[in-house]
Amino acid sequence: MLIPVKWLKEYVDIEGIDNKELADRLTMSGSHVDSIDALDKGVQKVVVGKIEKIEEHPDANKLVITTIDVGEEKLQIVTGAKNINVGDYVPVALVGAKLPNGMKIKKGKLRGVESVGMLCSGQELGINENLILKSLKDGIYILDKEYPLGLDIKEVLGLENVVIDFEITPNRSDCLSIVGMARETAATFGKEFKYPAIKIEKEEDDIADYLEGIEVEDKDLCKRYYARVIKDVEVKPSPLWLRRKLAEAGVRPINNIVDITNYVMLELGQPLHAFDLDKINDRKVIVRRALEGEKITTLDDIERTLNNSMLAISDTKSAIAVAGVMGGANSEVSGDSKAILIESANFSSRNVRLTSRAIGLRTDASSRFEKGLDPNLAELACNRACQLVEKIEAGIVVNGHIDIYDDIVEEKVIYLRPHRVKALLDIDISVDEMVKILNRLDLEATVVEGKIEVKVPTFRQDIELEADLIEEIGRIYSFDKIKPIPLIGTLTKGEKSFARIIEDNIKDVLVGLGLNQITTYSFISPKVFDKVNLPENSIKRQYVKLMNPLGEDYSVMRTTLIPNMLEVLARNYNHGVKKAWAFDIGNIFKTTSIPVKSLPKEEKMLCIGMYGEADYYDIKGVLDSMLEKLGISGQEYLREENHNSFHPGRTANIVKDNHVLGIIGEIHPDVLENYGLKERAYIAEVSLEIAQLHVNLKRKYKELPKYPAITRDIALVLDEEILVKDIERIILATGKQLIEEIKLFDVYIGEQIPKGKKSVAYSIKYRSHEKTLTDDEVSKVHDKIVNKLQESLMATLRA
Amino acid sequence: MKEKLKIIKENALEAIKKTSNLEELDNIRVKFLGKKGELTQVLRGMGKLSKEERPLIGQLANEVREKIENELTEVKESFKAIKKKAKLKSEKIDISMSGKDKILGHRHPLLSVKEELETVFMNMGFDVVEGPEIETVYNNFDALNSPENHPSRDMSDTFYITEDILLRTHTSPVQIRIMKQRKPPIKIVSAGRTFRFDEVDDTHSPMFHQLEGLVIDKNITLANLKHTIDMFIKEIFGDDMQTRFRPHHFPFTEPSAEVDVSCFKCRGKGCESCNGTGWSMELLGCGMVHPKVLQNCGIDPEIYSGFAFGLGVDRIAMVKYGINNIRLLFENDMRFLNQF
Repeated sequence: MLIPVKWLKEYVDIEGIDNKELADRLTMSGSHVDSIDALDKGVQKVVVGKIEKIEEHPDANKLVITTIDVGEEKLQIVTGAKNINVGDYVPVALVGAKLPNGMKIKKGKLRGVESVGMLCSGQELGINENLILKSLKDGIYILDKEYPLGLDIKEVLGLENVVIDFEITPNRSDCLSIVGMARETAATFGKEFKYPAIKIEKEEDDIADYLEGIEVEDKDLCKRYYARVIKDVEVKPSPLWLRRKLAEAGVRPINNIVDITNYVMLELGQPLHAFDLDKINDRKVIVRRALEGEKITTLDDIERTLNNSMLAISDTKSAIAVAGVMGGANSEVSGDSKAILIESANFSSRNVRLTSRAIGLRTDASSRFEKGLDPNLAELACNRACQLVEKIEAGIVVNGHIDIYDDIVEEKVIYLRPHRVKALLDIDISVDEMVKILNRLDLEATVVEGKIEVKVPTFRQDIELEADLIEEIGRIYSFDKIKPIPLIGTLTKGEKSFARIIEDNIKDVLVGLGLNQITTYSFISPKVFDKVNLPENSIKRQYVKLMNPLGEDYSVMRTTLIPNMLEVLARNYNHGVKKAWAFDIGNIFKTTSIPVKSLPKEEKMLCIGMYGEADYYDIKGVLDSMLEKLGISGQEYLREENHNSFHPGRTANIVKDNHVLGIIGEIHPDVLENYGLKERAYIAEVSLEIAQLHVNLKRKYKELPKYPAITRDIALVLDEEILVKDIERIILATGKQLIEEIKLFDVYIGEQIPKGKKSVAYSIKYRSHEKTLTDDEVSKVHDKIVNKLQESLMATLRA
Repeated sequence: MKEKLKIIKENALEAIKKTSNLEELDNIRVKFLGKKGELTQVLRGMGKLSKEERPLIGQLANEVREKIENELTEVKESFKAIKKKAKLKSEKIDISMSGKDKILGHRHPLLSVKEELETVFMNMGFDVVEGPEIETVYNNFDALNSPENHPSRDMSDTFYITEDILLRTHTSPVQIRIMKQRKPPIKIVSAGRTFRFDEVDDTHSPMFHQLEGLVIDKNITLANLKHTIDMFIKEIFGDDMQTRFRPHHFPFTEPSAEVDVSCFKCRGKGCESCNGTGWSMELLGCGMVHPKVLQNCGIDPEIYSGFAFGLGVDRIAMVKYGINNIRLLFENDMRFLNQF
């Protein structure tokens, strides 16, 4: 909300308070200042001058030599301007002047002729372009009348004014007006607030002579419709003072009638609309829901299509305005309008908002209606407009009015218990002072039996409860004056859930192992399920869908983190990153019913992804280390050949005690191709919820071995198909508790052994906790293991 | 015999002096002191000596042996030292060569800031809790006293799954869940993903992160809120940071305030990035929990009061690391992540 300070001063006496202080204190009482703009934009040393003489330039036919009287002296200024005449009063930039565009004026010569200063255009002075008459747009800004020569141009053009832009919170529609902000200013500074006196001097005829009638059909969307008629209208430009005020407040002046409606909107906060009464069919206004598909061309010359949820103002034939948003071109006030109807209505905030969004048109009016306005303001505002019509002689006010207003909104009474102020704000403030603050805000307060009885005027629709009044007291008293006090009471220690502690452990390990943590959106494109080759009947395709996504790419809630990971890997690959090792922790969303009937289940998942300097055993090593950190051991990797996202020969389900923790493997080449990833990539996805069931973060010291260990190596040649897991199971089962550790240190497939065979080599560490093992004892067990392996796996010892 | 011993001693010492390596030294030891060594041979002839002579010669022989042994040891040590020195010298390397590649992973800057914030509050006695990303309209809006007609409820602001289910637009529904689950005193923070209908651009993302705090107990006041926020801001941004509580409006708190903190760039002096105000705007929203919200959760506002606050984690991370485009946080480029 742009507030020209000069205009504000008409309603509150703030002389002597500088603009910075004004802005700061209002910010701290709840009206946040976005910016302070000085209208002069840095103009200096520009004064009023009068053109005394215009002569031709001897060496340039596009230039002229002028003599300008600036009071104390006469200056010779060369200019290329075409719109000047002897006797014109013009803005003259003296030598040393500064202009808003940064230009500094120096003495100089133009084509050999000395020039001392410059005549200025409106644009060069930084004048709001809405205030520059069309005829002056391309030339010198010729002043409208005679002014004292040498007078500072800022005084002449009102450029000494400052405009403050306030951010108004949505609950304070009353502050979307000059008077609203004046009231806030008065309360903040403890000054008196003057509401404009509204009085109409002369009224003629009767409204019934001009208007057939007004009907409000849909009262749910129109709480009040108030209207008056102006006759003998003379549509013309408004006087400069009015145009200037509008322009400063950011509204483009149009003509006297429209300007008056806008002036009242800015001043009081009530949007008005003026219709050309002669263009209203049968001179009858009907407020009704629009017809489905009904068309109207609005004042901006765009044809809009309405629907049955929108409110239209219409005559007996068609819509003449979109209620609360914009008028129709068919009833527009124009140069030949003779009688006008001024509408001052109160439309449903929700309906105006939805309509404005639906037709993609937001106006000064709609943005005020959206916030919810006081219906009691309608009458005041309409009369204020009539008063201005009279004042600037734009027409004659017709006697009488139409007012359709059934559910009259009345002021509320709320009680404030003074001790609650202390209880919530912890400030020491007397009851007297509370009353004073409330009164300053026009909240009429009196003490009744120890409580403060507050009459809340209808323009403060935001105040409903005692707590609201406490806020009013707090903000005018100033939050800044409240002394911070430490929380006391029960000492609490601050805890994290077990799940989060597990997560912390996981992050530590994975970052330590060289993986980067990534984070990805919870919503994905449904196309990714095809991209990762999931079959049509995959449970992962049972996803939660957004009703109003930002686009297909963000339209469904993910059921797996794998597509996100692949996307990140592919993006990195395409950026030329040679190696990407990453992990992502995030929720997946599972629904039991489609369409969704209750909150979906959210399950936290971990996804690890790698390409570059990686193979299956790298990712498996990472995962095993992580599980070790979580105290999970004995997990099994069971071959998975049927998951379409993965390589059938290089993929496993991770199983622990009959729970599938997740999947690990190399991504299927088809999927890699879908993602444009030209390198092998490895992914593991683990459910942290299931993993949590097996986590054991407790650690207990186990005594270090007292007796030495003996290590024996064994190299076997056996069938290529045999999994090392099966070899290890036999070794462990045969060696029992004498085996402390087995380590696979070599796997060989190649020329030195028969085709279809592989060689595996283990080092087996034997140790007893009861005594020092002898060579013989170890040999006995070791031989037994060898025999067993030969027997069960048809293994042979490799020479 | 004396003469013999003297010669042995001289020969031995002479030989030791001439040696140049450990091997020779060992040969000398064997030659003079070994089982068949010269000194041993001489001592074997002791039996032929008279009773009087025997102890004298014995003593002399021991002295000779001792002398030779000492000399041998000394020279041996010096050889060892030289050898060690030579070895060390030969092992000299170029210490300027880069270390072997050890891969180091990196925390995501946004998530590490999120956890840092949580930890600060945890150390202040707040429990860290989480809530679901998909919420009911009731928890996200109704219970939080959001007016039925509030624009934030529109489909153009909020992602809906059904009429009653949505992607939470803030972390505040966690307050509702906790207030319904626990009895005061309550002291929690909750950080997580939030969603709003914003197209992706340099400063917007349809998914972003908030951190929410809630304290409910007897006698909780705005003064306590101010203290808590002040502590937190100083902990995160430094002791020289000031805060400013501007009255504001949120449906779920009354009174409500927005908190500005000293400008991150100039620390309050006033610079271009803060428009000369010295303040970084709207870092945090907060207020005293609205009595209707307490009632909605079965807490009597006449007995208990409390405060709540919320802030944007993404913005803090971006300020902290000087990240100028929010997209970077979700693109996960390794070259970006490797910087943290």
